[in-house]
Amino acid sequence: MSEETITLEVTRYRPGHDREPRAQTFSVPYRKDWVVLDALNHIKDRTDGTLSYRWSCRMGVCGSCGMMVNGVPKLTCAAFLRDYHPGPIRVEPLANFPVVRDLVISLDDFMEKLRRVKPWIIREVEKPVAEGEYLQTPAQLDLYKQFSMCINCMLCYAACPVYGLDPVFIGPAAIALGYRYNLDSRDEGYRIRQPILTEAVGVWDCTFVGECSVVCPKGVDPAAAIQRSKVAGAKEWFMSMLLPWGGR
Amino acid sequence: MTTVPRRDRPGFYYPKPPATWWLRRPNYVLFMLRELSSVFIAIFLVLLLVQIHQLSQGPAAYAAFVERLRSPGWIAFHVVALAFALYHSITWFNLTAVVQVVRLGERQVPPRLVAAANFLLWGVVSLVILFFFLLGG
Amino acid sequence: MPAEEGYRHDLLVVGGGGAGLRAAIAAAEESNRLSIAVISKVYPMRSHTVSAEGGTAAVMRENDSLDTHAKDTIFGSDFLADQDVVEAFVKEAPGEVIQLEHWGCPWSRDPDGRVSVRPFGGMTVNRTLYAADKTGFHMLHALFQTSLKYDKIVRYDEWFATSLLVEDGKVCGVAALNLHDGQVRPIAAKAVIICTGGAGRIYPFTTNAAIKTGDGMALAYRAGVALKDMEFVQYHPTGLPGTGILMTEASRGEGGYLKNKDGYRYLQDYGLGPPTDKPVHRKMELGPRDILSRCHIQEHLKGRTFEGPYGDYVHLDLRHLGEKVIDKKLPFVRELARNYVGIDPVYEPIPVRPVVHYMMGGISTDISGKTSLDGLYAAGETACVSINGANRLGSNSLTELLVFGARAGRAAARYALERPALRSNPIAQLVSDERKRLDQRFLRADGRERIADIREEMQNAMEKGVGIYRNQAEMKETCETLRKLRERFAHIGLADRDAVFNTELIAALELECLLDVAEAVAHSALAREESRGSHTRTDFPKRDDARFLKHSLAYRTPGGSRIEYLPVTITRWPPEERKY
Repeated sequence: MSEETITLEVTRYRPGHDREPRAQTFSVPYRKDWVVLDALNHIKDRTDGTLSYRWSCRMGVCGSCGMMVNGVPKLTCAAFLRDYHPGPIRVEPLANFPVVRDLVISLDDFMEKLRRVKPWIIREVEKPVAEGEYLQTPAQLDLYKQFSMCINCMLCYAACPVYGLDPVFIGPAAIALGYRYNLDSRDEGYRIRQPILTEAVGVWDCTFVGECSVVCPKGVDPAAAIQRSKVAGAKEWFMSMLLPWGGR
Repeated sequence: MTTVPRRDRPGFYYPKPPATWWLRRPNYVLFMLRELSSVFIAIFLVLLLVQIHQLSQGPAAYAAFVERLRSPGWIAFHVVALAFALYHSITWFNLTAVVQVVRLGERQVPPRLVAAANFLLWGVVSLVILFFFLLGG
Repeated sequence: MPAEEGYRHDLLVVGGGGAGLRAAIAAAEESNRLSIAVISKVYPMRSHTVSAEGGTAAVMRENDSLDTHAKDTIFGSDFLADQDVVEAFVKEAPGEVIQLEHWGCPWSRDPDGRVSVRPFGGMTVNRTLYAADKTGFHMLHALFQTSLKYDKIVRYDEWFATSLLVEDGKVCGVAALNLHDGQVRPIAAKAVIICTGGAGRIYPFTTNAAIKTGDGMALAYRAGVALKDMEFVQYHPTGLPGTGILMTEASRGEGGYLKNKDGYRYLQDYGLGPPTDKPVHRKMELGPRDILSRCHIQEHLKGRTFEGPYGDYVHLDLRHLGEKVIDKKLPFVRELARNYVGIDPVYEPIPVRPVVHYMMGGISTDISGKTSLDGLYAAGETACVSINGANRLGSNSLTELLVFGARAGRAAARYALERPALRSNPIAQLVSDERKRLDQRFLRADGRERIADIREEMQNAMEKGVGIYRNQAEMKETCETLRKLRERFAHIGLADRDAVFNTELIAALELECLLDVAEAVAHSALAREESRGSHTRTDFPKRDDARFLKHSLAYRTPGGSRIEYLPVTITRWPPEERKY
């Protein structure tokens, strides 16, 4: 008996040669414990060495292998063939991003935005290392922990129609990470960071579709981070209207 | 840290979302419905303002206005508007659960419980209003 | 210099993982007159540090002492660690983990707000800090995000360093391939720090990510620098069969049991008992990794392991810990086991087997990360500064990349400040030669050998010859196979000739590195006629301090590695029998 196979429809795009992406069909062995990434590796090793995509840890933590699988943003190292049986399975580059080649998208925009939200501890005075750690109770840790779980896999950007329509939006992951530092009891940078999060292309661009949180593989819930930043921003604006003379 | 500038090369393919992007996923459709609901709710509110204005114009004018609202078209509109208002309210209360972190001492109250409390409050207020309405009617 | 001619910095870090980022930040803080660059073949937050789970060792509590940490490390290393280096390491470890705390790393906390510590294999007291079981992930992201605030650190993301540029016996930068346009350009620098991590991919079954191909080790090896102690390859006792995904040692630190197919905690039969319900330091499941991996093979030989489609396995049983502890302390273990083997550890034991995890060996450096080549430094798993010796203790590697990443960063910065400006002409010539080499070797060649075939045969040969148990005949065969594979590699053929994001070309360059590193491992192992730490020979089952209390140094020659030896530094802990 010949081995059972499953069909993958993979997006190909050769810069300089193709005007736009096209789909190429590959047939790969169907194994129940294979993920979509295993199938792509099989194609690269055995069928077509020119197929380009990113991958590394194959355990869902490095964030490299995000792609659209049947139209949904997924980490392909965690998308099992068996869940798409009998196929065919459509594999495309993450939506909303410029395509560099085949399944490889450009991250330049996100890298710039991540830096813009200042995702680091800001202190008025740094405590010397010799004086030991900042004390932080488990409850204080819990406040921000969830938002520190972001692996920058970009699935949330691929799911966000606002980002797709207008890429100036800072976007879910970067806002969630900025918010994470705002919540950290060790941080004193709220006054610097919050205006960046609440600027025109920041949280107020979000129309709360909520799909970012649905596709997040790490339960970060960036939508919640954005909405909570909106509430905080609105509260502050309201207070400043009520108490225009109030200090900072 | 700075990154070496990488000029956008002409080789990049920039995808453009089609006008039908919102049909791609169920959540997008629900989102668009929620956006659309505001149109109906706005019309309803304008109508309410007109109604109050008519009240100030004397009983006859008011009666005529109310009579006009009895037409099948307006009734249909109100049914749709009510459906949208309910849909909007339900999604709104679910949303507040996500947005508003409620803490009891060390522990965060589960968002579901916050939503449930919202719905309970909403139900109670609705019942009170209904009670006064029936009392007055 | 215009872009076509390349880029110029004072200090260049190759690799953007934990060690590389720590080095770059240390250099930036050492002097604000330096231009610092980080080149990495992946975006820094994709680096393999991200996969580390269990924790980071440092003396944090009153019941602990630097001497105990040093003693545990030296004992674990089977006395092959350099003791002066270990002493510096344990001394600087607490400061480094606190520094990382100040940079936002979300260490797990005790109720009083202090960072928590957990037990770990081979350690006498609780000294392993952790961020649940995603310690490496949180450390890497804290380092990366902190690095973003330094304007003078310039990043070259998705550039692959293909060779070191050496002129007059001094490093003057690297030739690097930009994945985004396929061009090879010089990145000139007065000092270069290699921080490219390990090389687990020389084996078929490893916890290591796809990118762990020993690139930096190969760069140094080809430039004439020795690779030290390469025969010492750590097998982690608990990886998932098939994928090799790591089930952290913290799962045993928190009290997990290893059981054979009869449900028996078999480690008690190998001198690690007595079994207790609660974990006891250095006993049973908290024994060191080399010993636990050997016990697994012994159990298999006795026919007491399970047989599965991906080889024999035993059970890692966490059920008695309960859902609450598992979710709080080991959430990633639960997530991985559920996703990849469909098992919820709250209700079922997890199938595990030993899997290649870590290279104790690497680029030979001194205590400051300096190599024998002027201007070249190395830190992290890619280096061998000799704190791990013949077997690394779990949770020492994350600390190592902090302590020695920072040391290398500071040392290289001071070196770069003193060195006069580089000359452009020789650099341009060196890079032009490198372009020609890559062109002829890969992009114009029409060989018929496939990357995947050679890689697979190499991996299988390594597992067979230099796995957990080794003997002379099989190691010789592996050395011979590697020699033939190198010949076949000369006839490699690529289907992809495009310039932009040519991942097939990268795979070929990586395979070339893997073959170099594999050669150094096999030849070093063949030459060491004793058993020590992770290097276990059936034909020489005893440790032989008279002949081999020394480091092996592998130098590249056309016919394979030439092996030399270097004495081990002993300060206060004379070698004794290693018994737990």
